[in-house]
This record gives sequence, C-alpha cells and structure tokens, in this order.
Amino acid sequence: MPWNRGSHAADGNGAEGPTTPGGSPAAAPGPSGEAGAPSAVAAVPRPAAAAEAPPRETAWRAPDPATRRRVLPDAEAPEETGRTVLVTGASGMLGREVALGLIRGGHRVTAFQRSDAKALKASLGERGRERLHQHRGTLTDPDAVERALDGADAVIHLAAKVSVSGPWEEYEEANVRGTRVLLQLARWAGVRDVVYVSSPSVSHAGSSFMGQANEPADPCAARGNYARSKAYGERLALEADGEDLRVGVVRPHLVWGPGDTQLVERILERASRGGLPLLDQGAALIDSTYVTNAADAIVRCLERIDAAHGRPLVVTNGEPRTVGELLTGMCRAAGVPEPVRRIPSPLARLAGRVIEKVWERRPGEDEPPMTEFLAEQLSTAHWFDQRETREVLDWMPAVSIDAGMERLREYYRG
Amino acid sequence: MAHTPSSPERPAERSAPRTPSPAMPLRGWPGVAREHSRSVRVVSTAEVDAGAERTWSYLDNLGELERRGLTPAGTLLCVHGNPTWSYLWRRVVAAGADAGNRPWRVVAVDQLEMGFSERTGLQRGLADRIADLGDFTAAIGLDEQAGEHGVVTLAHDWGGLISQGWGAAHPALHAGRVLTNTALFQPEDAEVPGALKLALAPAVHGPGTRGTTAFLDVTLGLHRHRWDPEVRATYRSPYLTAERRDGIRGFVADIPADAEHPSHPEMRRIAAAVATDGLPALVLWGPHDPVFQQRYFDDILRRLPGATVHRFEKAGHLVAEDEDIAAPVFAWLSERFTGARDVVAEHLARREADESEAPVSLGDRPMLAELDERSEDDSPAVVDMGRPDRRGVSPVARSLSWRELAAEVERTAAVLREAGVARGTRVSLMVPPGARLTTLIYACLRVGAIIVVADTGLGLKGLTTALRGASPEFLVGIPRALLAARAMRWPGRRILAGGAERSRLALFGAVAATDALPSRPAAEPELIASNDPAAILYTSGSTGPAKGVAYTHRQLASMRDAIQSTYRIESGSALVAGFAPFALLGPALGATSVTPAMDVTQPKTLSARALAQAARAIDATVVFASPAALVNVVATAEELTAEERAALGRVRGLLSAGAPLTEPLLRKVAELAPAASIHTPYGMTEALPVSDVSLEQILEASDDAGQGVEGSGNGVCVGTPVYGAQIAVTPLDEYGAPGSEPTHRPALTGEILVRAPHMKDHYDRLWWTERTSVSVPGWHRTGDIGHFDASGRLWVEGRLAHVILTAGGVLSPVAAESAAETVESVRRAAVVGVGPAGAQVPVAVIEPAEGAEGRRGPGRRPRAGVVGHDLLERVRAAVREATGVELAAVLQVPEHPTDIRHNSKIDRPRLAAWAGRVLSGGKVRTP
Repeated sequence: MPWNRGSHAADGNGAEGPTTPGGSPAAAPGPSGEAGAPSAVAAVPRPAAAAEAPPRETAWRAPDPATRRRVLPDAEAPEETGRTVLVTGASGMLGREVALGLIRGGHRVTAFQRSDAKALKASLGERGRERLHQHRGTLTDPDAVERALDGADAVIHLAAKVSVSGPWEEYEEANVRGTRVLLQLARWAGVRDVVYVSSPSVSHAGSSFMGQANEPADPCAARGNYARSKAYGERLALEADGEDLRVGVVRPHLVWGPGDTQLVERILERASRGGLPLLDQGAALIDSTYVTNAADAIVRCLERIDAAHGRPLVVTNGEPRTVGELLTGMCRAAGVPEPVRRIPSPLARLAGRVIEKVWERRPGEDEPPMTEFLAEQLSTAHWFDQRETREVLDWMPAVSIDAGMERLREYYRG
Repeated sequence: MAHTPSSPERPAERSAPRTPSPAMPLRGWPGVAREHSRSVRVVSTAEVDAGAERTWSYLDNLGELERRGLTPAGTLLCVHGNPTWSYLWRRVVAAGADAGNRPWRVVAVDQLEMGFSERTGLQRGLADRIADLGDFTAAIGLDEQAGEHGVVTLAHDWGGLISQGWGAAHPALHAGRVLTNTALFQPEDAEVPGALKLALAPAVHGPGTRGTTAFLDVTLGLHRHRWDPEVRATYRSPYLTAERRDGIRGFVADIPADAEHPSHPEMRRIAAAVATDGLPALVLWGPHDPVFQQRYFDDILRRLPGATVHRFEKAGHLVAEDEDIAAPVFAWLSERFTGARDVVAEHLARREADESEAPVSLGDRPMLAELDERSEDDSPAVVDMGRPDRRGVSPVARSLSWRELAAEVERTAAVLREAGVARGTRVSLMVPPGARLTTLIYACLRVGAIIVVADTGLGLKGLTTALRGASPEFLVGIPRALLAARAMRWPGRRILAGGAERSRLALFGAVAATDALPSRPAAEPELIASNDPAAILYTSGSTGPAKGVAYTHRQLASMRDAIQSTYRIESGSALVAGFAPFALLGPALGATSVTPAMDVTQPKTLSARALAQAARAIDATVVFASPAALVNVVATAEELTAEERAALGRVRGLLSAGAPLTEPLLRKVAELAPAASIHTPYGMTEALPVSDVSLEQILEASDDAGQGVEGSGNGVCVGTPVYGAQIAVTPLDEYGAPGSEPTHRPALTGEILVRAPHMKDHYDRLWWTERTSVSVPGWHRTGDIGHFDASGRLWVEGRLAHVILTAGGVLSPVAAESAAETVESVRRAAVVGVGPAGAQVPVAVIEPAEGAEGRRGPGRRPRAGVVGHDLLERVRAAVREATGVELAAVLQVPEHPTDIRHNSKIDRPRLAAWAGRVLSGGKVRTP
C-alpha cells in the first residue's frame, strides 16, 4: 500500500517535512493554500530545491524561519483547561497556528504528523512546550492513530495529501480512507468533538462564482483529485456527525501568511526571477484568508461546536481582491518585482492540459508548473458569502488583508 | 352570482369523477404540483363528435383548496393557444391558493388534441372547441360551483376566441376576462401576419405543423429569455410524434384568414359580444410578438375601452412565460372582485382631495392663454438659429412674432383637423425642437389632441418600442423621420412637417402636410377640459425601458406655473432653449425663446459660441441647458468673442436640468455668466421640476457637510421643493426595500416621494408599473433614494435599484463616488455592487483623467480593465477615509455608458454587469 512506502503526505498543509514521492518537501498548498493558491504556486518550479541546488544569484531567497520566529511567551499561556485536543497535520503553517491557538487558549495539544513538528516546538516557551505532545505517524496506520487519540477529548483534523497532480489512489488513501479511520477510532476512543478542516473547492466545478453560500460538497463536480478526495472526506465527516460525536467542518479559502512556503514564498521566488505571469489582466476577484484568521476560525469552531456542527462553513477574510492585487501586494511587501507579464487564460489552460498529461507519465517528479485546474483557478472569480459563517462562529477576522500585508512586510524586510 | 358549494343532485354526466392525470410522468413537470394535475372523462356535445366520451387532462388547484380548507372566491379558467398547453399557466395555478386577498380556484385546461388531452383525429372548428370547453366546464362542476364571483377567463392566442366564445355562451357564469397576446378579430381585408401566412401555405402547413416540430419549435423560440432545458422539454413532451401533433395542424388550419373561412362568422359574433358585455377586463401584452402585432392589441383596446392595460416592455408572444403574470392577475382579481383596496383609485382619490385642500391652485390658466392674449403683439416669440457660417456665426434662421405664432398655430390646428386629428387623438411628433415643433405642440393643444413625444435620444429601437406602446393615430414628422417611420413600421397615419407638394406627400406616404393651407376656415375651437389628456412624454430609458408618462392640460399648465413661480420668468423674459422640455413652455410662459444652433439629440454639440449667439439674438435673460451641453460650453469658452461674452454677461438666470452638476463645473459656468443666478433643478419626466438649488446654496450645503450638520453630505444636495411641490422619503429597511410611511426626518435614507400638481397623471398602458409607483397614496415614488438634512434640504444618493446590498447593510453609491472623484487621476467614478444581493461587494469603476496613468499615451483612450496598484490604493484610501466603505476592486473604462438623452446619467446596471464579468476573470471588453 502506498502509504507504507511513504509515498503520500500526511502532513496537513505540511511545508516542512519531505512528503512528495521524490523526497522533496510537500509540493502543494493544502487546505491552507486552497484554490487560488496552487495556481500561483504551480507556476513555480520547486523553490525548496534551493536546499539542494545552489541558488541563482538573482533569485530571491526566503529568510530562514528560525531567524524570524516569535516565541509564545509563557505569560500568554493561561491556566490549563484540562482539555486535550489532537491536531493532525500540525507541522504545516495552518496546523502550527491552530496548535498555538489552542495552547494559548489553555488546552493541551497532541500533534500528529509524519515529520517532526520542529517549528511548532520552537515557537513555544517552556510552559507551552509542556502542553504539547507529539506523535509521529501516518493517518492510515490505525495503531499510530489510536496511540495519538489516547487521552484526547477533541480532534482537529488538518492532515491531507495536498497537491495538484498525482494518481487518484494516493488521494483516496490519505484523504478519504485516512479520514474514515480517524473518525472511527475517535468515536471508539470516546472523543466528543471533531473539526474537519476542508476546502471550498469541494463544492464547485471550477467555473466563476461570486458571493457563494456554504454549498454542500459535491465529489462528482469537484475539480481535480485533491478537491474530489476532500469532498468525499467531508461527506464522511458530516455523515459521522451526531449527538454523541459532533463534527464541524471549516473550509478556509486560500490561506497565506509570513513564512508560508506553499504560496507566498513560491510567488516571491518566482516573481523575483521575473517569471510570475498574470492570466489575462489578473482581474478575477478571489477570497483569501490570513493564516491567523483561519486558525482562529478553526479553534472557534471547536469552541462553538454546539452551534457549528453538522454543516460546512467556508472561512475567508471576507475581503475579495483581484488576483493581480494580491500577487502585487505580496511582491511589494517583500520587495521583489511585481508581476508584469500577462498570458491569455485559454492559452494557459491549454498548456496546463498538455503539461498535466506529461506529468502523469513522469510520476515522482516535481509538481507540474501549470495545470488546467490551476489555470482555471487563477482566471476565475471565487469568493464567498460569509454571513452564515460569521454568525454561526460568532467570529470576525482580526487581521485585515492590509494588516496581513504589513505583517508580510515586517517578516520579509524587517 | 351565488353558487352553493356543492350540490347533491348534480346530474351524473355533468360530474364525471376527477382523477389524477395519468399523463404526468413520474418525474413530474417542473413547476407543477402533482396534486394539481387531473384528468376527467367528458361526453362531447360538439357537432363534430356529439355523444363521444373524451379524456381531458387539466391542471386544477381545487384539491389543494379542499385539503387546506379554503373557499375560493371564484374560478380562473385558463385557456391556452396553439401549440402550448396548460403548462403555460403553471405559475398561475401554483399561486391561486395564496395570491391576492382571497384564494381562487384555478383551472387550466388542455384542449382536445392538445397537451395531454385525447387525440380524436377530427378537425375541430372554432364552434366545436367552444362547445368542447362548455362540456369540460360542466363536467368539472363549474356550472354549479364556480364560487361566489363566478368565472374569470384567462387566455392566450387561440384561447382568446375560444374562451370568449365560451363566455358568450355562459353569460351567467362569465364575470371577467384577462387577455394575454391574442386576437379577437381578423378583418377580411387585412392580411394575416407573415409568420402565420407561411404556416398556412400548403407546402408548409402539413410538414410544418404535424410532420415536424417546426411550428412548435418556432413558437417556443419566441420566448424572450433563455429556456430552462427541462421546462422547454416539458412544453414539447405532449407533441413527440406526428399523430400527437395533429391538433397543431388543425388549429393552424382553423385560422379564419378570410371571410370564406367556416370559422369566420363565429369569430365575428364573439368579437362583437366581447365589446358589448361590459365585463371587467385586464390586458397583459408582450409587444415583441411577430404574430399578434400592434393592430391586434389596438383592436382589443378599441373593443375594451375600460380595460386595465399593462404592456410588459420586454415580453413577447409567450408573455405568461416571459413575465410573472400571476402577481398582476391576482392583484387585479383582488381589487376588482374581492374588495382589496384599489391602489390606483385610492391614489387618485387622495390626490384629488390633496389638491382641493391645497392653499395655492396651480394650472388654472390654460396653456394657450398667453398666446391668445398676445395675438396682436409683433415682438418676437420664437427664434431659430441657423447653422454657423465659416466664421462661426449663426444667422437667425426663422423668427415668428407672437402675432405670427398665434396665426400659425391656428392654421396648423385647422390642417390637423382636416387630416382627421380630433380631441383625444394621439399624435406623435417627430420634429426637432424649434419654431416648427413649438407651433405643432400648441396646435395639438388647441385641437385637444394628445401629443406623443418620444425623444430620438432613445435610439431607433427604443423609439419603436415607445411608439408601438402609445400607438398614435398620427405621426407628424420631418422627411427624415417619415423615412425612418416607414423603415421601422412605426404606427400612425403620416403627416409631413413641411410643404404640401403632391409629389412629396406621395414620396413620404403622408396624408397631409403641416404647411398646407386649410381648405376651410377655422372651425370653432374645441372646448378642452382641464382634465383632458394633453401629452404622453417618454422617459429617457436610463432607468429601464422608456415609459410613456401621461399629462393632462392642467398638469402641463401646473408645470408652467411651477417654473414661472420658482424662477420668476415673466411675460417679456427671453430664454435660450438648450434643454427642450422646459423650452417648449416658452409661449405658455409668455417668454421669447430661441433655439441655439446644435444637434438637439446630442447635448454635447452645444458650443459656447452657439449659446452666446442665441442669447444675443433675443437679448436673453434666462438660459436652459443640460449638464452635458454645459460641459462642452465650458470647454469651448475660449472661442467666445467679446460681444458674445457680453451677451452671456447679461443673462440673469441659468438653469441646468437633467442631472446634477459638479461644483467645479458650476463655478466655471458662473465665470461665463457672472450676472446669472445659477440653478440646478432636480426632477424626472414624471415630475419636472421637483426641487431647486442654486450654486450659493450648494456651497453652503457643502460647508454644512464639512461641519457635520445632521444629514448633510452623503449625496448630491438638490435643495428644497419648487413652488407647489412636496417631497418626503420612505426609509429603507435592511434589505434595501422602502417602507410605506413618508417622513421628513433628517438623515434617514429612503426612497424619494414627490407630490405636486404638475406631476404625471399616470403611466400610459403600464398599469402594473403605475400601481407600484403610487403605492403610497397621493405620492409618486421616484425610484431615487436620498435623505433630508437638518435644514430641510434634500440630498440624492442615487437610484433605489443601484443600492449595494452588502453583508454589512445597504450602501448607496453617491458618497463613495464623490470621494473617489477627489483623487486626482479620476475624472468620473461610479460605484457598483457585484455579487448576489446581501453579499455584494462595492467596486469603483472610474474614467481616468486626461494624462493619468492607465492611458496608453497622451490623448489615447485608456484600456478597460483593472487600474494599476498605486491608483487602486489611492482610490481605496480616499473612499475608506470619507465613507468607511471598503472597495473590493477599482476598474477603469475609457468612458462610462450613459443614457443618450442627457449624456449624463451613468448606466449603472450595465456597468455593474460589466464589472461582474471582468472580475470573474477572462477577456476584458469595454462595457
């Protein structure tokens, strides 16, 4: 079975661990870098290859996260609630923020992922570290999951195989079967509350939409293996919802933030070499979510599970912006040249389709630079009606897009 | 007529059991409740197959009414045409139990050979079909239990004659009629419409109607919107084989195209009966119909002079499919039969009461009074300026003294009478502003004819729709207009505005010419009542399809008085007519008027010199102009000679009407006419003017806004009501819907309401629109939104239809637009919403200023699309700071789409749709 050979990623939007078959770090945005993310990303040939190959002189390089890390002071970790939450995929950017948010809220956290959640540990003070336990393993290994669930009262499930290419079987294994195993074992372990972190791509077919409500997942319509497998996973999660096990579903859309290797740093690296194109005018209006807003909403979903369980909730900043503005804003924040090249989207789609086909025959390689799905995502509007989400969660994003850009600036320039 | 709810002694053959229809497939018909689909066995009494038992399929909400314990007020009997079936009425059937103030039973029948009723294989003529319908209504028990108010027929196409034939045969039951596109009469000497002629041609008839689905598909092709494929498939589902389509062939064969046709006498009888029974009637019409064209509509209105009429301007043959007719049908039934308040009648009663109590009476003096009194006066009354020569000097092209004008009006009135124009005749005037148009207008008023004025600014398509709507009996036009009239087949007998040479008359197909000498001396003038209809003026179409606005003589005279009193225009004033609607009042005001040299359909063609020369020609004291014209006047001011400047310097009053003017432009205008008090009235075709504000007041208001005086700001200050007018607002709720309580409280945003002696009488043949516009009795709902400030000044925030329904609440765009316009690179801005109502996000669409970034080079047009990042940030910051509104995006266009008449009202719905497309990604075109 593939996962036994270690050929899929169980690391959430895992950025740090080796996940893709080729042994390079996770190749694509996860629930974090949803929808629009892969697009921008896909245009970028492996930036992390910088670790192995000598960097080009002109290329921008991401700063070492260790030099930018802010440690959660013990003073910000209040008295314990006595509650233990299992977080799967805690090594990714969003998983890390969720774990930090829980610890900040006084919970104990069990982090479960394949790689070592080094960054998470390094972000914690002494007191925080005491509240963090790590289990390493894959989701489809029932024994490992059972061990991780030991003592857990609630589960936040972020781990998934996130990519834009690769055979369906791998996605099914990680995202469908992995979810099924986790839900079953959680129920047996007496867990009461589960938050399944999904993706808005589970409910749409790739065409433009504006102000969409929280539509049900539709695996048949979902585009690409990732979205389809997440759609099946979400259905499993919502079917498991009931009075004894309450399951909430949060779908953060296009998550970004400082140190984000999935989306932001790929854009910056690519743009620095003058290779970041805009499809058409980059005028498609898209929603995005600053990473701490997404993490807050996920934690909030667990806190408000009484009201929030049993239905999917798309989470965004609620500030739709054009693709061009987001990309330009990120580049300006980091001080790299902004995108100027434009390619017509039909051309990009055609190229994407061809490239996809080629990549299918070359498994184990890099992510393809452009897929049809990505071209669609970059050139079509997708933004959401946040009224239901905000009302159910009784939550508002704390960091606006402008403030988020400012944080990027501080991180990359400061 | 009272009917007992059920009678135990019903004759057996008259009450065949009603059973669910076996026709409805398991998956159902979209929009039809399963319990509404029924079938019944009926014994025929029709001549063609008397005694045979037939199975009828139909829709009926009786089961639902019984299940819910509701007693219907009456029965609505819906009769379809060819080749539709009861499915056409599904929305009416579905609404029957809950619409209006009382439930109605709704029965929609499938006629034999049609829909899912039986195929008899017989050719059923009109008389057979009427007997069939009677057999059917008897079988379902309508004779005994139609309900308290009897049967109202609702019909389309062939259903019109059949249902009305049924009505004539059931006078005790038939209580009213609702007609959608249909014909009641086909004159022997008139040709049937081309489309039907083709279907009747022997080579086409059989194959076109029965052998193939051509007739069916062509009819369904008349739907004016995109079909839902499932609905279209359902329409086609009863007609899948040639045998099943035999009824379509039969109906076409039965069209009484000439007097020899066997069904012709029956048609003649029915058409006569309809005109004499005096039943309440509602006519709902789709004008875009190649089959039932204008003349059938006019014929129906002639037969039913008391009918309530609404034309759905965008609808066609399948009006019941194109529009939601259930709402107007049940509203009308409630008002006519079951005691709901008659909205329009209540409005009229309220208005009459208001006016009798009003402290001042306006409009008492007839429009022609001034002209009559001055018929011996040799001073100039109307002056036309000619095209400028090479030095840019316009000569006086035509000048009429008061004496000459009075004589011309009398002569023209006599010509019109001779041509057949009489009191109440609708006459469309297609003549450019100037002395000739002025003469014609006053001649029509003299005769008592109703002037139909549809501005060429509507464009040919818009004009055609407008003229068909009003169906004028005469069209008076210059040669160019008459040629267009022929090409576009505008209605009305033609009268040439010009000389009466026989060859010219023939050339233009005209029956008379205005410049002819009447053969008889002028007859005694008609006695015109002040409440007689005087004019139908068309709206600009910037706020939906152009609507005809009807005015009485008194209302026109009140408009004159409002202007006279507000602007102190007296006998002896001299005005430049750069804005037609007001200018035509010149002779009624007793003021000399001059038409400057310009293309009046293009306001922006008025140059500073043309304006000044016109002013100079009559020593003008007052200038009327539109904002677009003033923009060009200011832009060309450098060309003025010293004399021309001096002429403008003598102007005492300058009015800019049509749309608000920006403060900087007003200041530049003030420099050109330093002695003039500058005013911008606010108003609409339905009430002109409503309020007035001077430049000084605008400056004062903007100071107040700066100092935070309650209600100041967030909009364009349009001042206080003009003489005789009142203004109120009905505050909007959280969904952007206005309430029904008019208020003057400051700082509350609501829909602006107007009442004034000079506001419209009603919308012409637009009952449903009229009903909405007067839903607050005594007032006209303008469709604009705004609020008062603490000083009682009105601030307009834009159109009700343009509010942006964001997740955070209702947002009106005007304040955000003004804020965006403070950014240097922005010439003009419109803020529109994209996305679904309730979750919309605001987007600014700007016109970049000359030389701003985004232009490809000096003087080049900027591309349409997103603006650069820096400009985006500046505009967003300016709007955020001034209003707190967070723009999702900033787009640019070379030029905003505007209405043609004023060249000033931005077409926001079009812009919003364009912005939605751009922001959905993909190729960017210009809006």
